[in-house]
Amino acid sequence: MNDILSWIAAHQQIIYIVILSIFLGVEVIGRVPSVLHTPLMSGANAIHGVVIIGAIIVMGQAQQNNYLALILGFLAVVLGTLNVVGGFVVTDRMLEMFKKKK
Amino acid sequence: MGISLLVVAYLIGSVTFILGLKMLSQPAQARRGNLIAAGGMAIAILGTIFLYEKDGAKLGNYGWIFGGLIIGTIIGTLAAKRVKMTAMPEMVSLFNGMGGACAALISMVEFDHLNHAGFMEQGAPVSAGTLIAIVMGLVIGTVSFAGSIIAWGKLNGSIRDFAFKGQHLVNMGVLVLILFVSAYIVIQGGSESLYLFYVLFVMAIVYGVLFVFPIGGADMPVVISLLNSFTGVAAASGGFLYDNPVMLTGGILVGAAGTLLTILMCKAMNRSLQNVLIGSFGATATVAGNTGDKVAGSYKEISLSDAAMVMSYANRVMIVPGYGLAVAQAQHTCHELEKLLEAKGVEVKYAIHPVAGRMPGHMNVLLAEADVSYDKLQEMEAANEEFKTTDVVLVLGANDVVNPAAKHDPASPIYGMPILEVEDAKTVIVNKRSMKPGYAGIENQLFYQPKTSMLFGDAKKALQDLIGEIKNI
Repeated sequence: MNDILSWIAAHQQIIYIVILSIFLGVEVIGRVPSVLHTPLMSGANAIHGVVIIGAIIVMGQAQQNNYLALILGFLAVVLGTLNVVGGFVVTDRMLEMFKKKK
Repeated sequence: MGISLLVVAYLIGSVTFILGLKMLSQPAQARRGNLIAAGGMAIAILGTIFLYEKDGAKLGNYGWIFGGLIIGTIIGTLAAKRVKMTAMPEMVSLFNGMGGACAALISMVEFDHLNHAGFMEQGAPVSAGTLIAIVMGLVIGTVSFAGSIIAWGKLNGSIRDFAFKGQHLVNMGVLVLILFVSAYIVIQGGSESLYLFYVLFVMAIVYGVLFVFPIGGADMPVVISLLNSFTGVAAASGGFLYDNPVMLTGGILVGAAGTLLTILMCKAMNRSLQNVLIGSFGATATVAGNTGDKVAGSYKEISLSDAAMVMSYANRVMIVPGYGLAVAQAQHTCHELEKLLEAKGVEVKYAIHPVAGRMPGHMNVLLAEADVSYDKLQEMEAANEEFKTTDVVLVLGANDVVNPAAKHDPASPIYGMPILEVEDAKTVIVNKRSMKPGYAGIENQLFYQPKTSMLFGDAKKALQDLIGEIKNI
């Protein structure tokens, strides 16, 4: 019990961020018209590509002789970039079409 | 200086993600929102590369990092630019899987680091928090990856539905085993569970595959949206691991928004998430198919010239697009027909069911591609009002979303799903390739009603012929 409490005390900032972000995530898209469901899903898909930052950190810290870390880290950077770039470009393509007919 | 600048970069990143999501949910600002989020992402990425420090040491391996970024950017851009609008849902699923795999790989490398350090962190045994973040990233990321690949295969038709008896029990068993092994690794502290970690990886793949396999193709959007939020959570556990606020906010935001979006989609189909996930759709459909096969009577076909005649002398025509339109890539032809009829003084509108096609909003995207005006698209409730005063409804490759069984037949597996009530219109013309049932695998009474007539053929071909006939009148 004490362990849990002290863990919460030590990580209170992160816990606040998580809880507030959950509410924010729900609120922010709460009023989305169904027309935009697909682009929104695609845009959100691109945003979770932020995981690329973890991949860059892993890659940048990998030791020169640790081939496992180098190869897996490199793969992670490539896949993460695919997620980010592909995600934003696809979303932009969808939304471009929405704009044209105005 | 550098580190404080990075804090600012991350702050900008987090704010642009929130702004981006907010603007993405408003039609007028959506595109700008996407660009803003992309800009924030670029700032966060560049900041990480050049400013990140741990214990005073900057990141190295720039060659590898930029190599990876460049390769990913080229492939990602090409893939996203080349993909056809009909294949958009698959593409999103695939990109989502890449993100999940990325999270899983990060966990693997970090676990390997810990292994080299003898599972010690700054002179003390590694904390449970770190291990939880690593294991969570691995499991959730891998499930998301494996599931997304299966969803991708199902949508593009290379993987068929597959279920075996007692699959839910097997899934449950695998899930329990995953939780058990995860807990064991965390409690035990990692040092004696090197192999278990990779066993966990394999189990997560198995679970991801089994999880998506039995779910019907029509439910794929819901699954992709759910996996999307999974990847968000996997990214957030990376944020835990590195104490990185932008990963944390970005991941949790998407996790929360994705979950809400999933629930909204389920609501549009009037089904519970549990129902979708257990995949009982197919199972009940076969039962209903055996017992409820009381669809009687015969259907009648309509000739092209008759259809052309009926439509050009109508006052108001409503077009109900479905997956058939998307497959046939008939959206441009459809727009042409619309213009032709308008020129003859016919009022033409589109009735869009929220789950028509393979993703919510799928039809809107397709029709927008063909320059169909935004205010011609009617959402379900508005359309249902207008059907009462509509002369001709043209159903283009839609089936389950216009099946009256959802209203009348409590035994039907889609009973309770809101539908487009096209039977309120005077005449219904249904374009389909054959009499085969739609994704739900059930018969559609609509086709046998006296006011309905069938126009068989590929949507694009049929529309082209129809246009030719109308021009001849």
